[in-house]
Amino acid sequence: MTFTILGMEDPQYPKMYLYRRLVQAKLFIDTHYAEPIDLDNIADEANFSKFHFIKLFKNIYHKTPHQYLISVRIEKAMELLRSGTPVSIVCYAVGFESLSSFSGLFKRIAGTTPSGYLARQQKLRTQRAESPLAFIPGCFAEKNGWLKKTQF
Amino acid sequence: MISKMTHVTVYVLDQESAFDFYTNKLGFKVVTDVPMGKDGRWLTVSPPEQPGFEIVLFPVAKSNMSKETADTLRELVKKGTFGIAVFTCRDIFATYEELRVKGVEFTKVPTKEFYGTEAIFKDDSGNWFSLAQIN
Repeated sequence: MTFTILGMEDPQYPKMYLYRRLVQAKLFIDTHYAEPIDLDNIADEANFSKFHFIKLFKNIYHKTPHQYLISVRIEKAMELLRSGTPVSIVCYAVGFESLSSFSGLFKRIAGTTPSGYLARQQKLRTQRAESPLAFIPGCFAEKNGWLKKTQF
Repeated sequence: MISKMTHVTVYVLDQESAFDFYTNKLGFKVVTDVPMGKDGRWLTVSPPEQPGFEIVLFPVAKSNMSKETADTLRELVKKGTFGIAVFTCRDIFATYEELRVKGVEFTKVPTKEFYGTEAIFKDDSGNWFSLAQIN
């Protein structure tokens, strides 16, 4: 049996219907990470047994669906912290139910506590606002005439 | 002795739209985003696993170059003159499927080549990139 992709029938393609379901599950996590996601439900919707689903997901993304969900939540938390959102708001905004599990997981993945990360990012933001050219390679700044205006 | 490449410039027609394409569609991370000049900002993004390599999304704008150069460059970018780079991924079929669902335009679907499997897609300006899973 061959599988059709974009109207192409080509035996060199793997089982694209499996890929479609796994990518859908991944995108579901990407979009709904802030909600209480029941990963069993995702497996059901994708029409897989839970075990099979976790195995296939891990083959592609090198993380179990649960690990992937956590990494997306932490990633989004970092984004919010970078924009200056307080830790207690970030925690619930990205789908965690307790500050302690949020802090613990954050520290394990990001290597620093959420409040430490927030403070460091605030400092960086201030520096960037005060001297934006420090973040731009000199050649670009010079070529665009930014150096002359601001520094000389 | 040169040791590494850290920045590469990609000329884009609209920085706001490029920002959306590179972050939300390709999943790249913003490294620096600071306002610069009157019609542009210093915007760099990195592939998720390569934070030390910054792609400078540089606007084709009259403030950066002569009007003639800007007009010519815009036409060239738009019609797909520039093949910029090769990106690799662990699973090309999953990556292809995800990008396709997100509306990225492919000019070559994943195809087996002697070095691996390759597809080609375009960014929102017209620059094209190879996406490869190397054997």
